[in-house]
Amino acid sequence: MDAQHITTKERLAIPRQEMPAQLPEVRIHNFNEVHLGYTPELARQEALRCIQCKDPVCIKGCPVNIKIDQFIKLIAEGNFLGAAKKIKEDNVLPAICGRVCPQEDQCEKMCILTKKHESVAIGNLERFAADYERETGNVELPSVKSSTAKKVAVIGSGPAGLSCANDLIQLGHAVTVFEALHELGGVLVYGIPEFRLPKEIVKAEIEGLKQLGVVFVTNAVAGRSITVDELLKEEHFDAVFIGVGAGLPWFMGILGENLLGVYSANEFLTRVNLMKSYQFPENDTPVFNCKGKNVAVFGGGNTAMDAVRTAKRLGAEHAYIVYRRSKAEMPARLEELHHAEKEGIEFMLLMNPVEFIGNDQQWLTGVKCLKMELGEPDDSGRRRPVPIKDSEFILPIDMAVISIGNGSNPLIKQTTPDIEVSKRDTIVVDMNTMATSKENVYAGGDIVTGGATVILAMGAGRTAAAAIHEKLMGVSAK
Amino acid sequence: MFTPYRTIQQVSIITYEIEEPMYQIVSAQFLAENIKKIEIEAPRIAKKRKAGQFVMIRVGETGERIPLTIAGSDPEKGTITIIVQGMGKSTRELNRKEAGDTIHDIVGPLGTPSHIENFGTAVSIGGGVGTAIAYPTAVALKEAGNNVITINGARSKDLVILEKEMAAVSDEAYITTDDGSYGFHGFVTQKLQELIDSGKKIDLVLAIGPIPMMRAVAEVTRPYNIKTVVSLNPIMVDGTGMCGGCRVTVNNETKFACVDGPEFDAHQVDFKNLMDRNKLYLPEEKHSTDAFAHKCHMHKQA
Ligand SMILES: Cc1cc2nc3c(=O)[nH]c(=O)nc-3n(C[C@H](O)[C@H](O)[C@H](O)COP(=O)(O)OP(=O)(O)OC[C@H]3O[C@@H](n4cnc5c(N)ncnc54)[C@H](O)[C@@H]3O)c2cc1C
Ligand SMILES: Cc1cc2nc3c(=O)[nH]c(=O)nc-3n(C[C@H](O)[C@H](O)[C@H](O)COP(=O)(O)OP(=O)(O)OC[C@H]3O[C@@H](n4cnc5c(N)ncnc54)[C@H](O)[C@@H]3O)c2cc1C
Ligand code: SF4
Ligand code: FES
Repeated sequence: MDAQHITTKERLAIPRQEMPAQLPEVRIHNFNEVHLGYTPELARQEALRCIQCKDPVCIKGCPVNIKIDQFIKLIAEGNFLGAAKKIKEDNVLPAICGRVCPQEDQCEKMCILTKKHESVAIGNLERFAADYERETGNVELPSVKSSTAKKVAVIGSGPAGLSCANDLIQLGHAVTVFEALHELGGVLVYGIPEFRLPKEIVKAEIEGLKQLGVVFVTNAVAGRSITVDELLKEEHFDAVFIGVGAGLPWFMGILGENLLGVYSANEFLTRVNLMKSYQFPENDTPVFNCKGKNVAVFGGGNTAMDAVRTAKRLGAEHAYIVYRRSKAEMPARLEELHHAEKEGIEFMLLMNPVEFIGNDQQWLTGVKCLKMELGEPDDSGRRRPVPIKDSEFILPIDMAVISIGNGSNPLIKQTTPDIEVSKRDTIVVDMNTMATSKENVYAGGDIVTGGATVILAMGAGRTAAAAIHEKLMGVSAK
Repeated sequence: MFTPYRTIQQVSIITYEIEEPMYQIVSAQFLAENIKKIEIEAPRIAKKRKAGQFVMIRVGETGERIPLTIAGSDPEKGTITIIVQGMGKSTRELNRKEAGDTIHDIVGPLGTPSHIENFGTAVSIGGGVGTAIAYPTAVALKEAGNNVITINGARSKDLVILEKEMAAVSDEAYITTDDGSYGFHGFVTQKLQELIDSGKKIDLVLAIGPIPMMRAVAEVTRPYNIKTVVSLNPIMVDGTGMCGGCRVTVNNETKFACVDGPEFDAHQVDFKNLMDRNKLYLPEEKHSTDAFAHKCHMHKQA
């Protein structure tokens, strides 16, 4: 079937094309990517399912309004490079977003086909186009406008910082990114595991930015190595963008939380992903030896799924998710939930941990839990879990990973008191410009919203870049 | 920190390296067996660091991030000094480095600086390599006008470090050795008790060294209500407050040592919990250390 001569009926008759993946029993023994990507044939077949709506509602579901109908049409026509270019007009990190965006809550949720059929696999197609461009060596550097002689400092190299840097450099500003860690990419490298987002892809994107002239300074902690005021006054940056993410792990505040074997998800994932302790001893950083052990992860978000699937890959005998509510309330992406289930993750739902229990050497041996039932809806609209009386029991575990979310790191707040923060320590901005209360200082991503998504962080970085340009040049970026 | 590796022209006078940052070792010499003083080029850290702060170092590309106290700095020259005791793989690897070698990553200054004021009489106690960690704070206490007494303990004479440097900032300086081969025969706590018994009014005690030593000092000063500060050494990963691996229990509350510390009120620290938590990776550490020793051995033979 070709893209020109196909009726809507024929389009609708094509089933949604599954993306080939490693089998669960294979993948739980390695850290390679789960999904293998569409072949060109599969991609075209899937692209043909799109009925090319006059009013493509899918675009409304996309936080950065990718021209979805247009790029899908290009794929259907076999113009894969054209499709990649089209996506990049609106999204600078498509290979990443194609993999980690919650499409089922965004574009794919809006897709008209969902009324009667399954939605077009927009995320899979986005990923395909971006991978095709990269793997065939066809990534073209965008053109950079002539120098404006303005300098902007970007703090943090997560999706917010990277996308802000990308737009600013193309507009002709000199951009320097300051990153606290020794590696660039933020959560994309230290949080999201290799099996969901290969680090090579993040590296390739950053390499592109380097080629455009973005300067990266690793090992630079804003607030310690350098303050925002020093950047502005001593180093004469004309503006600063803060994209430092939400990186202060919350604990549950229950007894036994400091026993040996209790981790925050940040620590567990950082050890495994950033420090590559899954390759210990080739890499020096150790992590709890999960082999044959029982591991429980507390929480129901993406981070919890990543942690529990990581524990499974490290050889855990039983890898549990312990969650206070039911599956329906879990914030994790549906796809990740399904993957976890197939990989043999055990779900202990409607259970609330009340105490960690250890042996005389202070090693964790179990967790005392209460069974819960769902009551009335709470502020978030989700039904509030309430404990069932006398339902206490002990789940024997050797390792616990706490994954109940992150607050804001207070370093910037402490060292730059004139930036207004909320009660939750997030930075307060004007959402139209991402401008903070401090002149020429902008912020975006998780540090503003609290833990959110890659695409929202990216969108914020781009909004800020446009506003910074306008402020520095007195003209709009468009 | 910002050695020009490949620079691009920017509007400012400051140039940054891009790609792989590497940090040059300017000088390195052993102070005692297994304890090495290393001076590293890190201009920005040199300029900003305060007493009590530390850096995280990653020796090589596959290395772990380890915390080391900034023992001193030369802002003019743009260098910082660290003093490292070879414990396991990472510190031993670091101690094999010589002037001219490079270190892969160094980040800082991290941690809350020591609280410095004129307390009156301040006693700085260092045990083993803890002497090196206490040194910069002793300097700052002296500069703030305190009457500084230092007690530095080592197992034996050849393990005594920074004797001259400590004496230079002390109004009274004592060395103790466990085996009596030098100075006062006994533990630092015995010397401290002696000072207290002599009727000296002590306003602050700073104790840095092995956990049992810090705990013992806390017990000596507790009955007298002498303000006592210890610098804790939990296992760290990022050193910026992101992972919570460094959490310690102080006054029954959880604190992150890398941002809330590393210095805490000794009378409120749960030392047992710290000691237990530091055993988390014993088998892995042993494996790395043995493999490293084996590699060094093979290297020598070849
Ligand atoms: C395990 C995990 C899985 C996730 N899965 C998904 C998913 O599937 N889909 C999705 O859309 N979202 C997911 N998220 C959320 C998403 O990753 C974040 O919303 C997004 O990364 C936020 O981007 P950011 O740029 O604001 O911050 P970050 O990605 O957190 O980056 C901030 C960067 O700033 C650096 N930094 C912090 N403080 C300083 C400082 N003082 N000075 C200099 N640098 C500093 C940090 O080291 C970091 O590199 C996940 C998050 C986690 C933790
Ligand atoms: C704030 C702070 C300041 C320090 N300052 C100094 C200093 O100035 N000079 C010095 O010689 N040592 C210092 N240390 C201790 C030093 O960091 C450890 O000796 C070193 O990390 C051990 O690594 P290793 O691979 O050589 O030994 P390993 O064999 O890995 O471990 C030996 C012991 O060191 C501790 N340790 C292991 N890994 C870490 C880690 N990532 N972070 C912290 N501790 C760890 C554990 O208790 C372990 O039992 C400091 C520690 C902290 C927390
Ligand atoms: S809503 Fe669905 S069918 Fe319509 S254009 Fe978008 S992807 Fe295609
Ligand atoms: S070392 Fe990670 S929070 Fe302190």
